[in-house]
Amino acid sequence: MRTEYITTDILIIGGGTAGCYAAITASENSDKKILICEKADIRRSGCLAAGVNALNAYITEGRTPQDYADYCLKDADGIAREDLLLSISERLNDVTRRLEELGLVILKNENGRYVTRGNRNIKINGENIKPLLAGAAKRAENVTVIDHINIFDLDVKDNTVYGAYGFGIENDVFYVIRAAAVIIATGGAAGLYKPNNPGFSQHKMWYPPFNTGAGYAMGIMHGAEMTTFEMRFIALRCKNTIAPTGTLAQGVGAKQINILGDVYEQKYGISTSERVYGTVCENHEGRGPCFLQTRGITDEQDKSLLKAYLNMAPSQTLKWIESKRMPSEENVEIEGTEPYIVGGHTASGFWIDNDRQTTINGLFAAGDVAGGAPQKYVTGALAEGEIAALSTIAYCGKNSFHEADPGSVKEHFDELERHLSETVSPYRTEELEEAMQTIMDNYAGGIRSNYRYNSAGLDIADLRITELTELTEALHADDMQELMYIYELRERLIVCKSVIAHLKARKETRWHSFAENTDHPEKSEGFGRLFVNSVYENGRIKIILRRIDDREAVI
Amino acid sequence: MSISIDRDRCIGCGKCHDVCPGTLIKKDEQGKAYIKYPRYCWGCTSCLKECPVYAIRFYLGADIGGKGVLMHTERHGDILDWIFEHPDGKVEKIPINTKESNRY
Ligand SMILES: Cc1cc2nc3c(=O)[nH]c(=O)nc-3n(C[C@H](O)[C@H](O)[C@H](O)COP(=O)(O)OP(=O)(O)OC[C@H]3O[C@@H](n4cnc5c(N)ncnc54)[C@H](O)[C@@H]3O)c2cc1C
Ligand code: SF4
Ligand code: SF4
Repeated sequence: MRTEYITTDILIIGGGTAGCYAAITASENSDKKILICEKADIRRSGCLAAGVNALNAYITEGRTPQDYADYCLKDADGIAREDLLLSISERLNDVTRRLEELGLVILKNENGRYVTRGNRNIKINGENIKPLLAGAAKRAENVTVIDHINIFDLDVKDNTVYGAYGFGIENDVFYVIRAAAVIIATGGAAGLYKPNNPGFSQHKMWYPPFNTGAGYAMGIMHGAEMTTFEMRFIALRCKNTIAPTGTLAQGVGAKQINILGDVYEQKYGISTSERVYGTVCENHEGRGPCFLQTRGITDEQDKSLLKAYLNMAPSQTLKWIESKRMPSEENVEIEGTEPYIVGGHTASGFWIDNDRQTTINGLFAAGDVAGGAPQKYVTGALAEGEIAALSTIAYCGKNSFHEADPGSVKEHFDELERHLSETVSPYRTEELEEAMQTIMDNYAGGIRSNYRYNSAGLDIADLRITELTELTEALHADDMQELMYIYELRERLIVCKSVIAHLKARKETRWHSFAENTDHPEKSEGFGRLFVNSVYENGRIKIILRRIDDREAVI
Repeated sequence: MSISIDRDRCIGCGKCHDVCPGTLIKKDEQGKAYIKYPRYCWGCTSCLKECPVYAIRFYLGADIGGKGVLMHTERHGDILDWIFEHPDGKVEKIPINTKESNRY
């Protein structure tokens, strides 16, 4: 393995939605050198690879940014940061206009206004949204993109970030990157829990299986404060294909019904978590399977749905074609997914200030990796990318470069080499990954237990995850891709530990399914005023409870 | 669900490899593309859309209801054709005008 040193002003880790937009913004507003390091290829990496079907966060006519923030706060039952939500909401429409300028097709009415879907969404053709963003990032001045590089650690000294370590997936290169400021935009974490389809189609999951929580894990290991990992995201999705349901629910007005044909959604409430919970309960009580009632829609609607799904979740269209039963003839079965940790949908992630700086100096977070602000979606990730970029420009001016510490460089290099030469472990990475998913499924509220957990089970999960983490030390990699799999597993295990600690710490059930604590099945007034945060200190996860109103720590 | 690559048709351009968000596609000794980790496919269809000679087919695994239909895309200007080949030889096509928005 060869070692390569790279120096830049702004390092962006993860060239997804937020990362690309941060690069574009930084380029337009400064003459700083910007480097994107992306584990895949920015053209089709991350959440947007297949395309998206709507922009879920938009301030429609007659509504205000405050309305959007209020909606998010309500959906999260109060556990969210209003300051962050507002700063995002204020930018949603500008970034949307910008996307249109880049070539995104948005549906307009005869007056030239965007056509809305519900109160907060607009309709688009989002199949090529990622190539559009990536193209703009690549064209931007002073932006360099390195694709197929997996970043596996940050270089943090005295709580300040000075760069990162990575390795090539398609070349035998160990990268030592120095930077004046770093934006972390690695997305959320999938693959922690046993998925809906654990067999051949194990990666037919909603969230990208390649977003493994690297940013969270790197931050946790360097003592960054994290927030609200207990607010897991469980998506309500089409059975098997795990395709989004919003297009059916909001697009053609399909209601959630049980096997008796009863519309059950009103019974449980319509917040994001209640929609999942209702489906879980109906199944549990013997009234499943559950469906979205599409039977009776028109042929025209069938055709539009086939197209809409091709633009974001092509497996679902293939399923309809393959079964020869269109949604107008057969209701679409729905199920809850395994839990994910996704700061763009719920509030889990880095604890940040309104400039998007984490608790590590010089480390800024944007998109799904950043916490506190649920329901960001695509446009919210762009907005955060923009804010983070503007903040890093200001920060760069204040910071000075540090040479890499040769001891630390050698340590990281040796660790990679060890995995490439190690031969003692009887286990393979994928076996340990499966073990992790089974433990989380069984003891930390996975699909198997209807997302429910208790403190005794969480303790078992914690112990077993710790044991598995030790086993990863001796794992062997044949090549750089397998080396990446070892690090992905380690990242997931670190995130799992954190999720377990958070689930245990919130002694209430505020969001059904997302955090269904059977020791404390009711909401607690006290916890309704608190964020559950954590830091990793001396080998343990320490919980910090912070008041929502002034964000002061109470323990 | 996963993809399969027609080795005879592949010209080894490497585009599918480049765009796969999981870097699951590799080249064999003759420079032809193959999917090294079929079970790790996310089903995003990025690779099919890139292939200049339409050598890549997408299918649903039997575990999620697949029945052998093969899907691929062909691009003609603004039109992206989605093509479905049924096991009985029947072929269906859904053309999508990429300049038009979804209705829902
Ligand atoms: C299937 C799906 C459908 C969606 N549909 C919609 C929709 O219709 N409307 C809507 O508004 N929102 C939608 N969303 C939500 C929205 O897409 C996301 O919230 C948003 O794109 C997240 O942006 P991000 O930059 O945080 O993450 P991403 O765009 O996923 O970017 C993260 C990037 O980091 C890279 N990365 C990860 N780890 C590393 C590492 N260690 N080293 C280097 N690079 C790394 C990844 O490869 C990826 O490119 C959808 C999400 C999904 C998953
Ligand atoms: S469909 Fe997507 S994940 Fe699967 S091989 Fe093709 S590019 Fe990779
Ligand atoms: S894109 Fe098509 S032609 Fe090019 S390497 Fe892949 S399969 Fe072969």
